[in-house]
Amino acid sequence: MELFLEQLINSLQLGVMLFLLASGLTLVFGIMNVINLAQGSLYMIGAFAAATAVAHGAPFVIALLFGAACGCAAGVLMEITLVRWLYGRDHLDQVLVTFGVILFVNEIVSIVWGRSPIFMSVPAALSGSVNLLGVPYPVYRLVVIGIGLAVAVALYLLIGYTRIGMLVRAGATHREIVEALGVDIGLLFTFVFGLGGLLAGLAGAAVGPLFAVSVGMGEQILIPTFVVIVIGGLGSVRGAFIAALLVAAIDTFGRAYIPSALEHLFSASTADTLGAGLSAVSIYVFMAVVLILRPRGLFPVASR
Amino acid sequence: MNRLRTSLAVFLLAALCCSSATAAGPVKIGLITTLSGPNGYTGQDVRDAFLLAVAQEGGKLGGVPVNVLVEDDALRPATGREIADRFLQQEKIKILTGIVFSNVMGAVVPDVVQADAIFVSPNAGSSQFAGADCNKNIFVVSFQNDAANVPAGVYANDHGWKKMVLMAADYVAGHDMVTGFKISYKGQGQEIYPKLEQTDFSAEIARIRDIKPDALFYFLPGGGGINFLKQYAASGLKIPVIVTVFSLDQQTLAAVGDAAAGMSVIGHYGVDFTNPQNKQFVKAFFDRYHRLPTFYAADGYDTAHAIGSALRAAQGDDSKLDVIREALRKADFKSVRGNFKFGPNQYPIQDWYLMQVQPGADGKLAIVTKTRVVKDYGDPFSSKCKM
Repeated sequence: MELFLEQLINSLQLGVMLFLLASGLTLVFGIMNVINLAQGSLYMIGAFAAATAVAHGAPFVIALLFGAACGCAAGVLMEITLVRWLYGRDHLDQVLVTFGVILFVNEIVSIVWGRSPIFMSVPAALSGSVNLLGVPYPVYRLVVIGIGLAVAVALYLLIGYTRIGMLVRAGATHREIVEALGVDIGLLFTFVFGLGGLLAGLAGAAVGPLFAVSVGMGEQILIPTFVVIVIGGLGSVRGAFIAALLVAAIDTFGRAYIPSALEHLFSASTADTLGAGLSAVSIYVFMAVVLILRPRGLFPVASR
Repeated sequence: MNRLRTSLAVFLLAALCCSSATAAGPVKIGLITTLSGPNGYTGQDVRDAFLLAVAQEGGKLGGVPVNVLVEDDALRPATGREIADRFLQQEKIKILTGIVFSNVMGAVVPDVVQADAIFVSPNAGSSQFAGADCNKNIFVVSFQNDAANVPAGVYANDHGWKKMVLMAADYVAGHDMVTGFKISYKGQGQEIYPKLEQTDFSAEIARIRDIKPDALFYFLPGGGGINFLKQYAASGLKIPVIVTVFSLDQQTLAAVGDAAAGMSVIGHYGVDFTNPQNKQFVKAFFDRYHRLPTFYAADGYDTAHAIGSALRAAQGDDSKLDVIREALRKADFKSVRGNFKFGPNQYPIQDWYLMQVQPGADGKLAIVTKTRVVKDYGDPFSSKCKM
């Protein structure tokens, strides 16, 4: 029971982190019809910026905001210099350019910070563990869950109840009409891309104390993020939220239970190896099943 | 007629001149290593230490001018193999080195052997080529994967740990490490294999908590080790941990901070080794790169000197493979590890030490060498090697 509870919180934490990345990605795709492989690079920039801020004595909250701001700035810069020229182009061109951005940013980061992973400390108050219904659980992971849920609520309010959110929703489904009504769609796109960068930067800054802050950290998280937005339905923030939680739950519970379940059937060593393989593919199997049943994801956006 | 003779003579002369120029030119060495991605620092240390050895001799190794071609395998076996094929076929390189990861080595080495070139590993040391499939063209200067873990198992027995969790990244070296640990470990081991590129270990930590072992042994190289250690330290679990240097080196230590305090580490190299070769190496490495060398760097440095000793014996002619092989087998170079020779399978015979993470002379956490656990230890596979 304790194990189940602990894994449940773990999956929630992984889920909200995936959501932070996926929400930006799915907005960019849904509204601008752009595939941005470099979302992971914005995440890495956020992590490096936050770790550097902490190393220079900035308070932790300021470091988080700085990471998010750098992610946002990098996103806006990327939109203005590169992505803007790709709106009318083929997805393959977009993949090519944004893949190039990954390589470019990785090189820049390794020139500035070096290839060695850097250290990011957390304030003493957040570094221990608390007793949560009988399970000692790291305080910092609870903080990450808090950040993720707060962002989800903020996004929900922003998209559902503000003027800019209305434009974003309208832009996703009826782009031409929005343009015809005199909205500066270029500005809207820059905003959406910056928002995506902000969320990715915040995600990177938030996981800095949990993960190795190193060159290439973005690519590791990119594939699960794409799985999330495909399952959730491209362009749907709500879909991304539900899918992130589902993918995280399947991944976490798979890793926790598949190997021990297989031990009833096979020898210990075979079960461990087989279990590792099966749990590694579990989220892709889930994606395949979802795509067979609902080819456009769980929450497809209306007009696409 | 006269004209024809003259042009023929010029042609012959030109051919002669060019062929002799090739023989006298620097010997090309192909260095394929992992430079990008979260584990990029490992290959960087191998490369930097190798190039330091070359620079210290003014562009030579063993008195022979060398030209080191460096390429990044990005931890992808297929990429490593493509580079190796290009090195072997287009560049006609006869000596390859650099590989850090055993899965890349597994993909590259068969092609190298087939092309009758020599591979000298500065790190990767899978069991694959240590036993029955050993080869006269494969030399491993670093260690054999399983071998490092045998002393760790001995250490676990000495502490009376009856039930342990053995966790290793799910790739060839990870399985080698656990197999090696189980050779000497007498208790019960529950194995967990997370993915090599995994970043979040919360599910594994929860499983460890559920299993309630006496102690934990893990093998997660590079970035994975950093992730796990950070997350483990925050989890509130207070189980003794024993690792090998592959999971905790100078760089990992710097990236995890206090989380590693008090850990026991089994290793074959420590920056604090007092032999003169190591003292000058650590100083030269620090002066040039402003950081302490990891064991990746130390083994890369030794690899350069091993190759240097062979090039000296062959007088810079890399087509004399027999001479090169014979010279390499003698291990006629000063190792930064002190005691070093090759076993019958051309993997090292060396000493393994117990180290502890504790405050060093400057008050910062350091990996401090304590005692020698085993002396002149080879690996469990060498007896199966018939060369």
